[in-house]
Amino acid sequence: MKELFSKDTWQEIFGSIQKNRTRTIITMIGVLWGIFIYITLAGAAKGLDNGFEKAFASISSNSLFIWGQYTSLPYAGYKARRGIQLKTTDVAIIKKRVPEIEFIAPRNVRGVFGSAGGNIIRGSKSGTYAIYGEYPEYIKIATTKVFDGGRFINQSDMDQSRKVCVIGERTVEELFDIDEDPIGEYIAINNISFKVIGVHKFVQGGGFGDDGDIYIPFVTFKDLFNTGENVGFFMMSAYDNVDVVKVEKEVKTVLKDIKDINPKDDEALGGFNLGKVFKDTANFVDGLSFLSLVVGIATILAGVIGIGNILLISVKERTKEIGIRRALGATPRQIRNQIITESVFLTILSGIIGIILGTLVLYGINVATEDLSDFPYTNPTVPLKFIFGALALMIILGTLIGTLPAQKAVSIKPIDALREE
Amino acid sequence: MQNFIKTYMINIKGLHKSYQMGSNSLHVLKGIDFEVKEGELVAIMGSSGSGKSTLLNIIGMLDNYDKGSYELDNVVIKNMDETKAANYRNKFLGFIFQSFNLINYKTALENVILPLYYQGVDRKTREAKALKYLDDVGLKNWATHMPNELSGGQKQRVAVARAMVAEPKVLLADELTGALDSKTSKEVMDLIQKINEKGKTILVVTHEEDIARMCKRIVRLKDGVIVEDKKITQKKAL
Repeated sequence: MKELFSKDTWQEIFGSIQKNRTRTIITMIGVLWGIFIYITLAGAAKGLDNGFEKAFASISSNSLFIWGQYTSLPYAGYKARRGIQLKTTDVAIIKKRVPEIEFIAPRNVRGVFGSAGGNIIRGSKSGTYAIYGEYPEYIKIATTKVFDGGRFINQSDMDQSRKVCVIGERTVEELFDIDEDPIGEYIAINNISFKVIGVHKFVQGGGFGDDGDIYIPFVTFKDLFNTGENVGFFMMSAYDNVDVVKVEKEVKTVLKDIKDINPKDDEALGGFNLGKVFKDTANFVDGLSFLSLVVGIATILAGVIGIGNILLISVKERTKEIGIRRALGATPRQIRNQIITESVFLTILSGIIGIILGTLVLYGINVATEDLSDFPYTNPTVPLKFIFGALALMIILGTLIGTLPAQKAVSIKPIDALREE
Repeated sequence: MQNFIKTYMINIKGLHKSYQMGSNSLHVLKGIDFEVKEGELVAIMGSSGSGKSTLLNIIGMLDNYDKGSYELDNVVIKNMDETKAANYRNKFLGFIFQSFNLINYKTALENVILPLYYQGVDRKTREAKALKYLDDVGLKNWATHMPNELSGGQKQRVAVARAMVAEPKVLLADELTGALDSKTSKEVMDLIQKINEKGKTILVVTHEEDIARMCKRIVRLKDGVIVEDKKITQKKAL
């Protein structure tokens, strides 16, 4: 171990490495390429992971949507093709019978799914935006944020059917002057005056959400569009660590029960849960990370074997030199250590260069994709522990593969080595 | 008593060595009795196949022997493991080869340093020491030159310096003039004689009669036995 830190050891190693530059460089390229591939792949997988995470950030991953469709099977005296209408009264029943549900927000909307949006007027400016009737719970499920200074719809807005609204960033830009504070101002939605109580932050990738969406209290929406107790769809979130896919099934079972739907009817209720999509994506990214790990390790392994191979040839080439060293009093251990240290040194040096090159490529890709907001690729990084893991792996492999030529070098008898003329 | 023990630098009795060549056994040394006192300059002669190189290899601990005994400076040399042999070689023996055997990517000085490096001598000491020995062979000014920048005679003198630097008890020279012209051979032999005059024990394996005459004693081998062992009047190389 002492030898590792002695200047002489390194002089010996640099001497023999410099002696044959071409061999050294070709040897190093193998490992360099391996670690480069590994870093680039692992970083790209991480970037994709980050990208997906960002894309899903607008809605918590344990949330799900349920809506009514048309039955496909006759049941309890009803014919098939019956439309299913969700009601606000379903909420209490679902909450009671599916305890895994943390929040449930009935929602109605005008302006998406083919319906006409609200006609919004403020002074001389006007526009058409999607109008949502929301429960206060919505803000706890979606990760939509309301800018400081404003607020989301609360229970007393609901109780008093207040004509208040939360508008989007784009709406602010289009209906208000620059530097004008929209909070407390009034806008007309379908000719009825609403007070702006908040501005919500637009988050990219939030399903059918938009930066122009206008949220008003569910009860106010009911009065405005005459929807009664009808609910367009339910948005729910389950408690953490609950299987959202299972929760969706349970909710559907409850709804089938109270809506007299055939338990075997899979058409009557529509559902979508991000948990499943999220899980699929996470699995996909995990798979990708694993793949990059396997490919990386395999390539590193191939590179290290290359180093061993070339060292083996070089030991053959250096038979005489080793013989001379032995005749001059080098112990087998000294010879062995020199070869192994050479192997490990070459492995690590090429590994570090590979890491640097891989990082540069990742940086390049990051810069190139920064402006592509549709491309799910953000901040490609390789965790330090993976890098250190790769380095540790290289040290171990370098040592192991170095022992082969080292053993060969030691097995050379000085007399045989010197006889080779 | 002390004097008696120190009598022989090399003491070989009834030495036998065979090589296995497949199913055949080649009996190379067939009972060698051979003593060398401290300060002797001995030429070992013989045609190829006489066993002279094998004898030198055994003396140099580069090879093992089958039967008999070998003492180097009163230490029994028998079945040593490689590490111990390396240490003994390093401390007791200096080698000079026909083909110089310098490491071609090291300077003259670095080549001379090598035995001291393996001894674990610290950097400054071994550089100073190596430089002194290079000076002794007249190559101080060539210290930073690579072997391919040196003439054959210079290379062999570097090799001599390298063999001497660890201050061994015995110098073993294997056909040291074999690759040199006669003028250079004489210069190198002059160097050997001077080193011997300072008291160093030297064994020279050669097949050249005039080189052998520059030693103080000639031992002739034939078919694995010593056929002649006589003291001679040394002829000065220069």
